[in-house]
Amino acid sequence: MSAPLTSLDRPNSYIGRSVPRPNAKRLLAGRGRYVSDLRLPRMLYAAFVRSPHSHAKIISIDAGRASALEGVHLVATGADLAKICTPWTGTLDHFKGMTSAPQLPLPLDRVVWAGQAVVAVVAESRAIAEDALELIEIDYEDLPIVADIDSAREAGGPLINPGSANNVCFRSQLDNGSVDDAFAHAAHVVEEEFCFGRHTAVTLEPRAIIADYDPAAGALTVHHATQTPYQFQDLYSRHYGLPEARVRVIATDIGGSFGMKLHVYHEDMAVVGLSILLGRPVKYVADRIESFVSDIQARDHRVRARMALDGKGEIQAMDVLDLTGIGAFSSYPRTSVVEGNQVIRLIGAPYRFKNYRATLEVIFQNKVQTSQYRAVGHPIACAVTERLVDMAAVKVGLDPFAIRAQNLIADDAYPQTSPTGYRFEALSHQACLKRLHEMMDYDALRSEQAELRKGGVYRGIGIAAFVEITNPSPAFYGVGGARISSQDGAIVSLTPSGEVRCLISVTEQGQGTEAIISQIVADQLGVAQEHVKVITGDTEVTPHGGATWACRGAGIGGETALQATRALRRNILEIAALILQEQPSALDIIDGEVVDAGTRNQRMPVSEIARIAYFRSDTLPPGTQAQLTVSQHFAPQGYPFAFTNGIQGCSLEVDVETGFIKMLKHFIVEDCGRVINPMLVDEQLRGGIVQGLGAALFEECRYSETGQLVNGSLADYLVPMPMEMPDIVIAHIETPTADTELGAKGCGEAGTAAASACVLNAVNDALTPFDATINSIPITPSKVLKALKRF
Amino acid sequence: MIGFDESLLDDADETVRVRFTINGRKVACEVAPRETLVDCLRNVLELTGTHAGCEMGACGACLVQLDGRAVHACLMFTVQADGARIDTIEGLTESGVIADLQAEFHRRNALQCGFCTPGMLVNAHELLSQVTRPSREDIRDALSGNYCRCTGYEAIVDAIDAVAKARIESGGPT
Ligand code: FES
Ligand code: FES
Repeated sequence: MSAPLTSLDRPNSYIGRSVPRPNAKRLLAGRGRYVSDLRLPRMLYAAFVRSPHSHAKIISIDAGRASALEGVHLVATGADLAKICTPWTGTLDHFKGMTSAPQLPLPLDRVVWAGQAVVAVVAESRAIAEDALELIEIDYEDLPIVADIDSAREAGGPLINPGSANNVCFRSQLDNGSVDDAFAHAAHVVEEEFCFGRHTAVTLEPRAIIADYDPAAGALTVHHATQTPYQFQDLYSRHYGLPEARVRVIATDIGGSFGMKLHVYHEDMAVVGLSILLGRPVKYVADRIESFVSDIQARDHRVRARMALDGKGEIQAMDVLDLTGIGAFSSYPRTSVVEGNQVIRLIGAPYRFKNYRATLEVIFQNKVQTSQYRAVGHPIACAVTERLVDMAAVKVGLDPFAIRAQNLIADDAYPQTSPTGYRFEALSHQACLKRLHEMMDYDALRSEQAELRKGGVYRGIGIAAFVEITNPSPAFYGVGGARISSQDGAIVSLTPSGEVRCLISVTEQGQGTEAIISQIVADQLGVAQEHVKVITGDTEVTPHGGATWACRGAGIGGETALQATRALRRNILEIAALILQEQPSALDIIDGEVVDAGTRNQRMPVSEIARIAYFRSDTLPPGTQAQLTVSQHFAPQGYPFAFTNGIQGCSLEVDVETGFIKMLKHFIVEDCGRVINPMLVDEQLRGGIVQGLGAALFEECRYSETGQLVNGSLADYLVPMPMEMPDIVIAHIETPTADTELGAKGCGEAGTAAASACVLNAVNDALTPFDATINSIPITPSKVLKALKRF
Repeated sequence: MIGFDESLLDDADETVRVRFTINGRKVACEVAPRETLVDCLRNVLELTGTHAGCEMGACGACLVQLDGRAVHACLMFTVQADGARIDTIEGLTESGVIADLQAEFHRRNALQCGFCTPGMLVNAHELLSQVTRPSREDIRDALSGNYCRCTGYEAIVDAIDAVAKARIESGGPT
């Protein structure tokens, strides 16, 4: 099913076409320019001494021998940087009552997680800087460690932040309808406790930054591998007291981000300060071990949830408690409570019930911070909801498809407001469910499963419906006081030779931002895509905007490009009309030619208009000023978020002897509104699903009782590799949002949102004959064997 | 300089002269004995198409061809490559031997951030020079040491599969 025809469906429309990404050719030739590749004149290299303790007092630092090492230019401590950098606090006003301690680039007197950077060394090479680290002596005095959620909540237990009453960062409660009543009268109640381990982004290129302060110009340039250059321009300017216009952040090619590279890291802030202190460029690239101990981690939830149903299997109510551990600080500037907040608000989102109660408790521990990573909160909400729905199906005696068909909100019942307060414009759960059923050939899969079981082969089938949050308005961060934009800006110009240049605030991490923006511009102006150049990621060049996060590139950035291009088109046609002595409305642009709107007869090339406007303005009627550069900003209005939906399914096999799980096939039906480039959307879904499967099966940051990460290398932390991953079958339903002309919503997190829920349901389905259940993620072989009582 | 340990300076100072043929050109450079091949390629020779993702042989981002076989440049010291013929993504691109793979990766969007891509291409090139008719299983197996966080792998497998078939149809490797 595709969206109805609109003005976007012009002949030769680029919208809806799978064109390859023009900028990918450089990367294929090894000509990417990642920050880790860059070398500037007089550049120096930073390295950091890291705390071996997860909680300790810093008694003394002796850096004398390190400073004296040849090639070392600076050794800096927390006190040195505190003189030039103001502290930051990871709280937002709309999270009432949340607390977090102020942070500095390097700590003054106390370390709060193992791996925290304590002292910086800047030297002529990274090798020399690392040699110098060895010469620095730090005396610590151990403090009591708060390593897990339970010990953090113990009354009278040790505190992470001295002076605070407890280790709670934030508490929130939702209560809608009459939950107690619904449970009292329920025919069936299912209840479970779920555990979600910590995992992390493991981008193939680790974090990389070069800060280049020029004291003569009083200007700072930062080459920063990030999704959000404008956010960092603002932060570097404010925390180092530099005028905003003198701070330039350039985000060039980036080796993966997924949300991980949009947070403030202590090392990155330190590198800016080090460059200011030295007046020279300073580069820092995290190595893999440093990434594991200092990149944000994600998830870490323990959720107790129950669901009430009536005798026919209608969901009546849900009641949820989410405890989540976030490390010793809330991250900055987006905080570490957004994930938990989204967990409790997304639970149950696809379903019709009205009685809902949830408590969220966000807890400090002596670990590295958790924060936003691809599909923030979604996998937790989805797994909890969908597992309970499957448990309910068993109890009521319904098939997983049947119970969902009965309870999913009808596609014609929108708009809807969820019991958690989210407003849904239009979703297509029922259509997606139906499509998935056909696509999986569900009945055949079930009979094959039954057949194989007789021979001792245990296959499982799982499905999971989801809702994804995209196109966020200021309701996300702006209202909480964060200087994070929800609008985007674009500047579109017709160049003197009749080509088009578009400077836009959304950024590229390989998802194809530049490709889809050039498709939209080419489409809306009426020129060939190869004549459109898109430029992103440089605060000195591109207009201020939110950039790329929470699936806003296509929906908000795309709409900005659309509107800017339409304005440019109007201006071009005005000049054309003057030259051709026509009404602008009688003209159109097709394939780089101004044509008669009615007959499509060619009148003159767009390049000719550019030539006349730029070089022979004397031939235009007096008083004409051609405006061939147009700038436009667009902020979403109407619904605070453009929610999307979809459903995933999978088939897998559990080896009950070894506990190994083999993924056989994965399916997704997804509705992200208007699809601009189907190939790129599919690749977002595939990549997202595989990240979700990694979380479901392998990925976990494992900690010792003393808060030490014990698997911080790519040999010990398992990521999904090609051998273990299945082929993924994809279908689309298109329900465009009416809030924009383009109608596009996001799709980058849909894959990750439901993959682990799907696997969880499938594994439990496979284990049915053994009366064994698993409700903990990742589902490792040892957990499978434990559930089977074979370990 | 108080308390300065002279021997540290001596060690760091000592360099070794290494010669090899890189992308068809003879090169000599002075390297510290502890310098890995990936660091030498990226920093000394400015061949930044070869990437480092884990520095322990687990991710495949640093794969280059050494005397015609794919090796992990992070697991070798530069001095061990003395006398070898090394081909990196830059050289393989220029000589055109992987042009069909690159075109197919592009057509199918078998890359997002592109950080894993040079290593993937080196490994795909190696596979197709060893096995003319690999199954999808063989391809996934051959890539089992190449980590990609972005793509989900399927498009990469498809692209290699398509090139293998096209090469057979056009009568052998290009
Ligand atoms: S950097 Fe060599 S295998 Fe990862
Ligand atoms: S494309 Fe980003 S790691 Fe493979």
